[in-house]
Amino acid sequence: MIYLELFLTFFMIGAVTFGGGYAMLPMIQEQVALHWGDIISGEMLVDFVAVSESTPGPFAVNMATYVGSAVGGQDGGAWLGVFGSFCATLGVVLPSFIVILIVAKCYDRFRQSRVVKGCMSGLKPAVVGLIADAVLSVAVTVFFHAGVRVAVFTQAAFYVSAGIFAVMVVLAFKKVHPILIICLSAAVGIAAGYLGLWG
Amino acid sequence: MRASKLWRLFAAFFRIGAFTFGGGIAMIPLIQKEAVENYKWVTDDDVMEILAIAESTPGPIAINAATFVGYRACGVWGSVFATLGVVLPSFLLILVLSFVLQQFQALQVVQFAFRGIRAGVLALLIKSLWTMYKKSPKGGFAYVAMGAAFILTAVLNVNVIFVIIGCGIFGLLSARHLERSAGK
Repeated sequence: MIYLELFLTFFMIGAVTFGGGYAMLPMIQEQVALHWGDIISGEMLVDFVAVSESTPGPFAVNMATYVGSAVGGQDGGAWLGVFGSFCATLGVVLPSFIVILIVAKCYDRFRQSRVVKGCMSGLKPAVVGLIADAVLSVAVTVFFHAGVRVAVFTQAAFYVSAGIFAVMVVLAFKKVHPILIICLSAAVGIAAGYLGLWG
Repeated sequence: MRASKLWRLFAAFFRIGAFTFGGGIAMIPLIQKEAVENYKWVTDDDVMEILAIAESTPGPIAINAATFVGYRACGVWGSVFATLGVVLPSFLLILVLSFVLQQFQALQVVQFAFRGIRAGVLALLIKSLWTMYKKSPKGGFAYVAMGAAFILTAVLNVNVIFVIIGCGIFGLLSARHLERSAGK
């Protein structure tokens, strides 16, 4: 039952990711590879991170909706895709909804709780380590398009990717808007494509 | 009266969801404008509280904030309508986009574009990794947790969920230990 699987997987993702935004990426990468690796490749996921960056709304909801529609609609049924999106999105939203309802009722006790503070002192740095791993696997997808091989270093594509990456890192740290960064990268990608540099 | 308040909650959070790019913190100014200035459902202090709570509860900040404001304004049903409002714009938009993407991803120009975009996304991820690092607590214990989480997932391929639970328990135990040694 693929819809129940979507719901439960995203429920779990929503329940254990603290910090919001990209904190969810490591979990999503892992679970998608585990359950639906044959439908959604690592590259498709990175592409969708770009789409998610360029559209409004929370990252988690965007990713859940996308994965749900790709997995649910894999046999070509558009409405099944919509239902898949619904299951995944409901799953990812429900844990924080429930937790906040409980917290809103007994806020002061939650705020002073030593248990919560203690757990968070371990979770916050751990999330940084987890995202570092997620970034590493995205880097492998970007630079080692066709698998990790030494031959990659002799191909133009590697240096085009590295060039785009280097320039965009500088722009990102200069607080250039993410959408502009994505559009510029796309433009360079298209130009490189018609020059035959992607190989 | 109650029905119109629920509708206003839904509409306000629909607007917030539709106009926040990047999610999370980017949403706070909009929430302040709608929920504090326009409708006075919550106060500025409440908004700061929401941020504090959102950091120590699971899930996206947008959902946390919508549920909290909705509850303060109109109880459980308020939460339902506000959360529905904040989720719906991206849900609908992404649904359309994912179908469009499936139609066009075979085009060569789209494939070229995404080859470039992936490198750009990597740059954005590096930036947000740096932001998260700056926000995280520092010190010996924090670096151990950071390094352990990275090595466990990247090298040893341990399931992310076990790493999260483990680091939570690790933090709890070390906080207890610090308290005890401070008490002596």
